[in-house]
Amino acid sequence: MPLDLFTEGDPIADTKAPTDVPIGERWSTRRFRARLVNPANRRKLTVIVVGTGLAGGSAAATLGEAGYKVKSFWYQDSPRRAHSVAAQGGINAAKNYRNDGDSVHRLFYDTVKGGDFRSREDNVHRLAEVSVNIIDQCVAQGVPFAREYGGLLDNRSFGGAQVSRTFYARGQTGQQLLYGAYQALERQIAAGTVEQHARTEMLDLIVVDGRARGIVARDLVTGEVSTHFADAVVLATGGYGNVFYLSTNAKGSNATAIWRAHKKGALFANPCYTQIHPTCIPVKGDYQSKLTLMSESLRNDGRVWVPKERGDDRDPREIPEDDRDYYLERIYPAFGNLVPRDIASRQAKNVCDEGRGVGPGGLGVYLDFGEAMQRLGRKAIEAKYGNLFDMYAQITGEDPYETPMRIYPAVHYTMGGLWVDYDLQSTIPGMFVIGEANFSDHGANRLGASALMQGLADGYFVLPNTINDYLADGPFEKVGESHPAAAEAMQGVQSQVQKLLSVNGTRSVASFHRELGKLMWDMCGMERSEESLRKALDRIPEIRQEFWTNVKVSGDWHSFNQTLEHAGRVADFIELAELMCIDALHRNESCGGHFRAESQTPEGEALRDDENYAYVAAWEWTPEGAPPVLHKENLEYEYVHLAQRSYK
Amino acid sequence: MTVTDSGQRRTPKAAKTNSVFKKVVMAVSGIVMLLYLVAHVVGNLKVFAGRESFNSYSEWIRTVGEPAVPSYTVLTVVRIVLIVAVVAHFWAAVSLWRQAKRARPDRYVTKKAVAQSYASRTMRWGGVIVLLFIVWHILDLTTGTVNPDGDASPYDRLVASFSNPFSTAFYVLALILLGMHLRHGIWSATQTLGQSNKRRERTVNAFAIAFSTVLIAGFLLVPFSVLFGLVD
Amino acid sequence: MTITQDGSRSTAGAASERRGMNLTLRIWRQKDPTVKGKMVTYKVSDVSPDMSFLEMLDVLNERLILDGDDPVAFDHDCREGICGMCGVMINGMAHGPQQTTTCQLHMRKFKDGDTIDVEPWRASAFPVIKDLAVDRSALDRIIQSGGYISVPTGTAPDAHAVPVPKKDSDAAFDAATCIGCGACVAACPNASSMLFTAAKVTHLGLMPQGQPERNDRVVNMVAQQDREGFGGCTNIGECSAACPKGISMENISRLNHDLLGALRAGARPKS
Ligand SMILES: Cc1cc2nc3c(=O)[nH]c(=O)nc-3n(C[C@H](O)[C@H](O)[C@H](O)COP(=O)(O)OP(=O)(O)OC[C@H]3O[C@@H](n4cnc5c(N)ncnc54)[C@H](O)[C@@H]3O)c2cc1C
Ligand code: HEM
Ligand code: HEM
Ligand code: SF4
Ligand code: F3S
Ligand code: FES
Repeated sequence: MPLDLFTEGDPIADTKAPTDVPIGERWSTRRFRARLVNPANRRKLTVIVVGTGLAGGSAAATLGEAGYKVKSFWYQDSPRRAHSVAAQGGINAAKNYRNDGDSVHRLFYDTVKGGDFRSREDNVHRLAEVSVNIIDQCVAQGVPFAREYGGLLDNRSFGGAQVSRTFYARGQTGQQLLYGAYQALERQIAAGTVEQHARTEMLDLIVVDGRARGIVARDLVTGEVSTHFADAVVLATGGYGNVFYLSTNAKGSNATAIWRAHKKGALFANPCYTQIHPTCIPVKGDYQSKLTLMSESLRNDGRVWVPKERGDDRDPREIPEDDRDYYLERIYPAFGNLVPRDIASRQAKNVCDEGRGVGPGGLGVYLDFGEAMQRLGRKAIEAKYGNLFDMYAQITGEDPYETPMRIYPAVHYTMGGLWVDYDLQSTIPGMFVIGEANFSDHGANRLGASALMQGLADGYFVLPNTINDYLADGPFEKVGESHPAAAEAMQGVQSQVQKLLSVNGTRSVASFHRELGKLMWDMCGMERSEESLRKALDRIPEIRQEFWTNVKVSGDWHSFNQTLEHAGRVADFIELAELMCIDALHRNESCGGHFRAESQTPEGEALRDDENYAYVAAWEWTPEGAPPVLHKENLEYEYVHLAQRSYK
Repeated sequence: MTVTDSGQRRTPKAAKTNSVFKKVVMAVSGIVMLLYLVAHVVGNLKVFAGRESFNSYSEWIRTVGEPAVPSYTVLTVVRIVLIVAVVAHFWAAVSLWRQAKRARPDRYVTKKAVAQSYASRTMRWGGVIVLLFIVWHILDLTTGTVNPDGDASPYDRLVASFSNPFSTAFYVLALILLGMHLRHGIWSATQTLGQSNKRRERTVNAFAIAFSTVLIAGFLLVPFSVLFGLVD
Repeated sequence: MTITQDGSRSTAGAASERRGMNLTLRIWRQKDPTVKGKMVTYKVSDVSPDMSFLEMLDVLNERLILDGDDPVAFDHDCREGICGMCGVMINGMAHGPQQTTTCQLHMRKFKDGDTIDVEPWRASAFPVIKDLAVDRSALDRIIQSGGYISVPTGTAPDAHAVPVPKKDSDAAFDAATCIGCGACVAACPNASSMLFTAAKVTHLGLMPQGQPERNDRVVNMVAQQDREGFGGCTNIGECSAACPKGISMENISRLNHDLLGALRAGARPKS
């Protein structure tokens, strides 16, 4: 690997998981060994929690209940709007309520394998253990999970799992889980243990004597930039899929909090691991602002196909069976339309690359319910998928009962994130990272219904237990606004904001975001090659250069200015995009969501290189101009043996 | 930050004067008035039994209960109950009205009604007109103050009043408004008292329509009969 | 799509081929909570029927920015109808002419040549922040006053300890789908938040887990919504007709029922 792109530093390792005991005992052992904070002292300790999604909302509520003084930050108007609200499918838990052979060990095993052997065994095992408590907690909060006639909880199998371990609340599981956490959080706000900062965006981390001690944040309504201090800082700010501009993330989802913490010294792990979801509604026009996911469950009955001939632009209903290519069924006879996300996505891209895609720009494949409608009848299809069909009709203006739906893959989730140890602490002492914002549990590919599980595991059960060990050393020396580190951070934020406003160029922020997104999608999307990544790495610095000399941000900074908000986020996305490409380029293997054209089996499947790449790539920021430093965390598999994934 | 931070919020009001409590007052007083109207319409139909019968009915309501209780006792009780009901109903309506005004001081430039019926939209002004009607009605038929035939017997006052087309028109207008008021009011009261649900909604609405139509038709029978000379 | 603001001329409009619609937008512009706002007219042309309403505003805004004007502020986030962040009055109807969220309303619902009025939610409990963005934190404070089940983390019994009849669970779910968008308040002639509050009272009140706090919850939540300055509900029903999640008026009846029961049982709001 050429040294101009990065340099390699010392390896890192997690030191918190008690590897001296068997994996099943590590979490309880860690809890036992972690120091506690006496309840009377907790009142003297302040914790900042940024984000109110499943991870942040549950963490802030739980820490508040425990008696800590919590300050909670989020950028929307209400904590209930964090993007966790959009999750549809469900949440996994090893309850084995179906008596179908599920267990903590099986969930652990499936997750490690599903992550294509790029996650840390200890973390995943803990996740599987804690999963059962999550369901108990949520039910007690009044989350209206789907139930059976006997009054017990219903489960379904999801994302190709062989057991039914997914709990769900119609197609709105994320919403209902989030409302549970939100209500718990509001209860603490009412009780006075949590101080709320709505519509407030974190713009920098304050590090004092090597410890995270606070944040710089901008009140999005008044525009005021201010500092907030604490004994520990928790980031729960979600994923960075919006690097690609078009994604299933919310418009405001951003990398700003984690990126700026990264620039303050936190290592960023596996930035190139992104998950592309196969069943999204395709792009329609260049004004499009957002992609919408349709539940994967559609693939249970829908059949995916494209015309056999390129350029066949007949009405799909007029294309006879013989001229259709049900390519998933053809290539993967055993799994058919139910192959994992990354495979379904890549094959869709392949057929479109061959020129056989359908719809505007040839970027789409058919998801056809014709056969299912005949087999089950329209009524049954309505009952099962009615709301999804309605959503499709609403967005596209086409009637999916009449004509096959068109779908296309879209960026959906980012497995990469800030590096954390077993305690979920980043490389900056006192800064913890939870939920999608960290890298910890999913390796190179996340299984369906596992992100909600991870967010709530981190927020309700893991962080509140591990953060004590750090806070036991506190309260730390008081710091205030005037502390040089705080003043410097504040200064940095203000000057960046001012700089954005003063460029006064001729291009809109959105146009930069669109250009960056398109570049990333084409060059660092579903399939990456050395050539495409190098192209991207040539172009990104130019985009950055142009951004800082030609962007136009109207208005001023001491008022509600949504363009300014967006500009700051895009500035960070541009920098992050570069690191993503470097990471993707250096990882000369295919694994999970990261598919390198150079590394595939003769049949075109992802080919891992465990010999050389069984590690977490944790990147260190270096000041402008210098290449980032790679720190490797070696991954060892004691309990799940390395094996090639196969879905043939 | 939020624009309405706690400092600007108003202090809590007394426990029981919340908006729902006012609605309950309105529903209960409305139902009381409604029961009175049922009795009233039945009494009015005595007009068709002739002058004597009607006048003695008027006499009877004043003396009912005698000699156990002095004359006017029952009537006075009824009047007190009605006055309390009207005042309570009016107080609740006005105070909710004012609350609504405070709740939206700046009106929309464009606002469309999507679901509300004409009946629900006319509750407030309709109610006020009904109230004015009641005042006028009492001055007309009970005290005779504004009646062209002020000192005559109740029956003659009634005939005198309805022989005047303007007077009749006002009665008819007020009665139609009252009918709409009740049509929405009955449904609204079931909702306010927590007795409505999806299953019952249709039944309640059908009942509200049927009930108010029959009641108002019963009331209208009298003025129209006089107007068309069926009663004189 | 091209736009012109009153007075300034369209840049590309006439020349480019016109596939889309030409529309006149009258949008409420208000700099901040302290000043008075007014309706400002913008002409937009070449609007694709496949655009969402917010995408149409995006395009307008991008032009405004490049022209050196202040873009129209409006709230939005998920753009898939679930976060509840978006919401404006469109032609006098909350979230526009279709029972959905503003972000899911598409321009194919409009006709070439239409004039569209766009205003913020109006209620004194929802002060305008800027243009079309309002502050709905009053709804959160209603939740704070009792819209939860007090169950500290880690204290829950096994999820199967208490079976919940499917019927109740489904009905609770219907109520729980409220996204807190505030359209009910915006549409209600009394600016009442009753439907929102009722949805939460119903959701929690139907679950066995919600029973212990049922009386206090309803009493406190109703007291809080009055305190926030919302109007009282007089059962008009505009709320439910505007609600993108179809929350029904039945919930209001249920709230009233619970409230009367709670008051009778001696529950009083905490002040
Ligand atoms: C459409 C969709 C469907 C999904 N379906 C499923 C599913 O079925 N099952 C599953 O397991 N997973 C699913 N996922 C993934 C899962 O929803 C997310 O990974 C998970 O909810 C992330 O939760 P979080 O708490 O980490 O972050 P989020 O919920 O994204 O919350 C981020 C929080 O951080 C705040 N924030 C962000 N940046 C800043 C900043 N700079 N300053 C201040 N605050 C900030 C935000 O306000 C917000 O409160 C889905 C995701 C999407 C997009
Ligand atoms: C056309 C229909 C009506 C007729 C013919 C009618 C007739 C009368 C008559 C004759 C009296 C006087 C009785 C007496 O003093 O002996 C009376 C009293 C009264 N009416 Fe009516 N009425 C009608 C409608 C209404 C309506 C719609 C209301 C209420 C909304 C109403 C409320 C009253 C009241 C409050 C009194 C006074 C009772 C008292 O003495 O305290 N009436 N009405
Ligand atoms: C005298 C005859 C009257 C009767 C029988 C009557 C009856 C009712 C009833 C049953 C209700 C429904 C209560 C509820 O919503 O729960 C109601 C509502 C109401 N009444 Fe009356 N009312 C009468 C007079 C008045 C008067 C004089 C006013 C004048 C102010 C009035 C104003 C209202 C208002 C504003 C409402 C509530 C509106 C609504 O629910 O939308 N009513 N009335
Ligand atoms: S009840 Fe409906 S309209 Fe009201 S806030 Fe909830 S979802 Fe929005
Ligand atoms: S429109 Fe308003 S009056 Fe009640 S029924 Fe709905 S809140
Ligand atoms: S933007 Fe989330 S509901 Fe419209």
